[in-house]
Amino acid sequence: MPVVSWLKHRLVVIAGLLTLGYLLLPNVIVTVFSFNRPTGRFNYQWQHFSTAAWQDPCGVAGLCGSLSVSLQIAVWATLGATVLGTMIAFALVRYRFRARGAVNSLIFLPMAMPEVVMGASLLTLFLNLGAQLGFWTILIAHIMFCLSFVVTAVKARVMSMDPRLEEAARDLYAGPVQTFVRVTLPIAAPGIAAGALLSFALSFDDFIITNFNAGSTVTFPMFVWGSAQRGTPVQINVIGTAMFLVAVVFVLVSMLITGRRGRRRA
Amino acid sequence: MPTLTEAPPPLAPAAPEPAPARRRGRFTPYWLLLPGLLWLVVFFALPLVYQASTSVQTGSLEEGYKVTWHFATYWDAFSQYWPQFLRSVLYAAAATVLCLVLGYPLAYLIAFRAGRWRNLIMVLVIAPFFTSFLIRTLAWKTILADDGPIVHALNSLHILALTDFLGWTAGDRVLATPTAVVCGLTYNFLPFMILPLYTSLERIDGRLHEAAGDLYARPATTFRKVTFPLSMPGVVSGTLLTFIPAAGDYVNSELLGSTDTRMIGNVIQSQFLTVMDYPTAAALSFILMAAILGMVTVYIRRSGTEDLV
Amino acid sequence: MKTTTTATGGDVRLTGIGKTYGAFTAVHPLDLTVPQGSFFALLGASGCGKTTTLRMIAGLEEPTGGTVHLGDRDVTRLPPYKRPVNTVFQSYALFPHLDIFENVAFGLRRRGVKSVKKQVGEMLDLVQLGEQARKKPHQLSGGQQQRVAVARALINHPQVLLLDEPLGALDLKLRRQMQLELKRIQTEVGITFVHVTHDQEEAMTMADTVAVMNAGRVEQLGAPTELYENPRTTFVANFLGTSNMVEAEIDTVAGDDVVLRAGGGKLVLPAGRCSAPVVPGGKVLVGIRPEKIALAHADDAGTVPDGRNRLTGRIADASFIGVSTQYVIDSPVCDQLAVYVQNVERDGRLVPGAEVVLHWSPAHTFGLDAAQAIDAGTDTGEEAA
Repeated sequence: MPVVSWLKHRLVVIAGLLTLGYLLLPNVIVTVFSFNRPTGRFNYQWQHFSTAAWQDPCGVAGLCGSLSVSLQIAVWATLGATVLGTMIAFALVRYRFRARGAVNSLIFLPMAMPEVVMGASLLTLFLNLGAQLGFWTILIAHIMFCLSFVVTAVKARVMSMDPRLEEAARDLYAGPVQTFVRVTLPIAAPGIAAGALLSFALSFDDFIITNFNAGSTVTFPMFVWGSAQRGTPVQINVIGTAMFLVAVVFVLVSMLITGRRGRRRA
Repeated sequence: MPTLTEAPPPLAPAAPEPAPARRRGRFTPYWLLLPGLLWLVVFFALPLVYQASTSVQTGSLEEGYKVTWHFATYWDAFSQYWPQFLRSVLYAAAATVLCLVLGYPLAYLIAFRAGRWRNLIMVLVIAPFFTSFLIRTLAWKTILADDGPIVHALNSLHILALTDFLGWTAGDRVLATPTAVVCGLTYNFLPFMILPLYTSLERIDGRLHEAAGDLYARPATTFRKVTFPLSMPGVVSGTLLTFIPAAGDYVNSELLGSTDTRMIGNVIQSQFLTVMDYPTAAALSFILMAAILGMVTVYIRRSGTEDLV
Repeated sequence: MKTTTTATGGDVRLTGIGKTYGAFTAVHPLDLTVPQGSFFALLGASGCGKTTTLRMIAGLEEPTGGTVHLGDRDVTRLPPYKRPVNTVFQSYALFPHLDIFENVAFGLRRRGVKSVKKQVGEMLDLVQLGEQARKKPHQLSGGQQQRVAVARALINHPQVLLLDEPLGALDLKLRRQMQLELKRIQTEVGITFVHVTHDQEEAMTMADTVAVMNAGRVEQLGAPTELYENPRTTFVANFLGTSNMVEAEIDTVAGDDVVLRAGGGKLVLPAGRCSAPVVPGGKVLVGIRPEKIALAHADDAGTVPDGRNRLTGRIADASFIGVSTQYVIDSPVCDQLAVYVQNVERDGRLVPGAEVVLHWSPAHTFGLDAAQAIDAGTDTGEEAA
């Protein structure tokens, strides 16, 4: 009986942790298999422990090249989408203008559209215009689908900002430019950063839209896709694991810093 | 994080007088909007127009295509590929329900029960994003492998016999079956369910639970009458964020499924990139878009949450 | 109106200033002069236009018409960052991303002052927050945040300090304390304060001059005692404290006194305290504050001195609240008259049901135009926060 009641009280916790396990299991597999030495072309079955792939992560032709392409595209797409999206978000929150509804729909629709539709239709456009598929078409596509997410993130932040803060700045001798630089921007920064981070992740990891518009350019996800047909080198697990670790360390360190700062000042 | 619902503006501090109207910069909003909107018009809206035009063209790759208002393409495409459409909707719906069932406890755990572990669990939910989803999806090939522990366990419990009978699996294996595809879809889009759920659960005042308890509601009743209704915005945007990409996905079907699990995304992709039958591909893409927008609109209306944009 | 200074150099002068939003008039064109060095309060319920008026002085709102002068300088068209005026905002609007020191230093830095350390330190000491300089605003209590907001504005030595409901977010006890604190600071620095509030007690405690606003207009302007003792409109009579009002008709005018008929009896009102037109036969609302009325049991009616206004009635309700007892009395001329009697010598016969005589000095009576709503301003004060 006590066991039953103990379980009953912790049902949510147990179910939640099981889900968390489900979410993390593939990452565990990816990590473990980065130390595998497969016998065939595919890295799906455990054979022998080996650190060979970790010692030579770029040892597969085209892998690190695709990684570099992906990183470059992600950086530029993040930059473009963040700037354009932040501008739209400010316009939406701060000003009254005609056709607000239409603008809102135009921003909402890309988020509600299956990627395959966006990728296919964009390809139709490029084909009709006779555009050379490659780095630039990928970048254009990525900025397009990241834009809406930046707008949403920044808008939420700017909307929750007390308009009196900017009035206070103007009252305290800050002109329009100074008000924006000293008050508006720092306060909107977390929203902008969230939008930028999301853009980076979305762009870096995008496969479906990229696959339509890449031409012969190979991004990292496309490299993985290709190797899933031809044979999966252990090195892609190494890259996957390294990215996961970098992300976790990055987040933990930033949490530690903000946490310590909070404690010191309290 | 991607959230379709937006935080309601915090209670406006009592400002009785109407908001100040800007006197200068009447054109400022248009300058701010112009570049971004132009981008969306040219690279999102215009392509849809081109696609619409392509879908009513006839011709061949060699001789070129002309607009002939050949609407029959739509009917031909649909009658040929309706099983893939149906499959897409069913798989996406199954994955969405699974995401809700699996994601809700975790979101609830983070919002109300995690205490000082809250941030760590949040990190663990988000961090997998940073490993390419293709690599993670490939990991399911290992997990669900025919001679792996999971298939062994399911076999010895005779569960696979049952799912084989239902047509969910085939030949005592999980890979290359609908189960594997739905499992992959669920896994891939689970964070998109958890995050909006968490956002709306976190806003619920914990005292409401106490108040409900005080007013004779048992925990289950409290959940049904208080917590769940209040988390509806999260449920709605979570299900949308899961269903929409899942219905258009072809990666999971390609990597974890077989030719019997092909979804509409696979067809569109191959018609476009391999077969190069552009009118059919465009028509299929348009049908998918219309179907999803239609379903989403009805869903949003019925769930009474129209402040989604 | 009381003027305590002779120099006009720092006066705030509003001339015909008004504000409309489309069809809605927030502030009707009004003239107002705030003398230099005074503590001036704009008092009214929410939506009465007081905040809009303040924002027009600050430059945060552009008037639809009229001018704003600071001394001899026309600042109507100046943006807020060019006006020698600073504001303490409602709910403070402290910059959340800056610490207390940087919040206070903000204005100095924007004006290009290089060494701010000494000034900021002194200012933080003035508001007793020297220890908290490196904290972020959210780490402070409401009262401390309020003092930071005052310090942030005052450090710029503005010609005028504007305060927009500065104490609205504080609890009652702290609010009383801060009222005295603000008053002390004002006396110390000698800067003109213009204070917007919906709290009549706050306005009366702190300000030298109060302008009562209602529906975009200034109803009455004067020293707190003047407003309280001699209100000119029913809104002011009800919004500031409680008033009893009895409908009456002008009978005769005898010298400086107006004799009125109310019910069967006669009431006397000094002509100078009547804001209604004095014409025999005209209607007037006779007002009297509850604490000015004395009660006598009907058996003692003979002991009431001559020359006092009197009404008869029956006690409907009596509540003992310590320093005084508050009676509600039904009279033939008016139901529900309020009477506050100090608990000096309690008359045991004054219990509900007792017949009584109410009497008061004619000098405390005021007369209002009967054309106004008798209950204007009664229920607006409480909800304004």
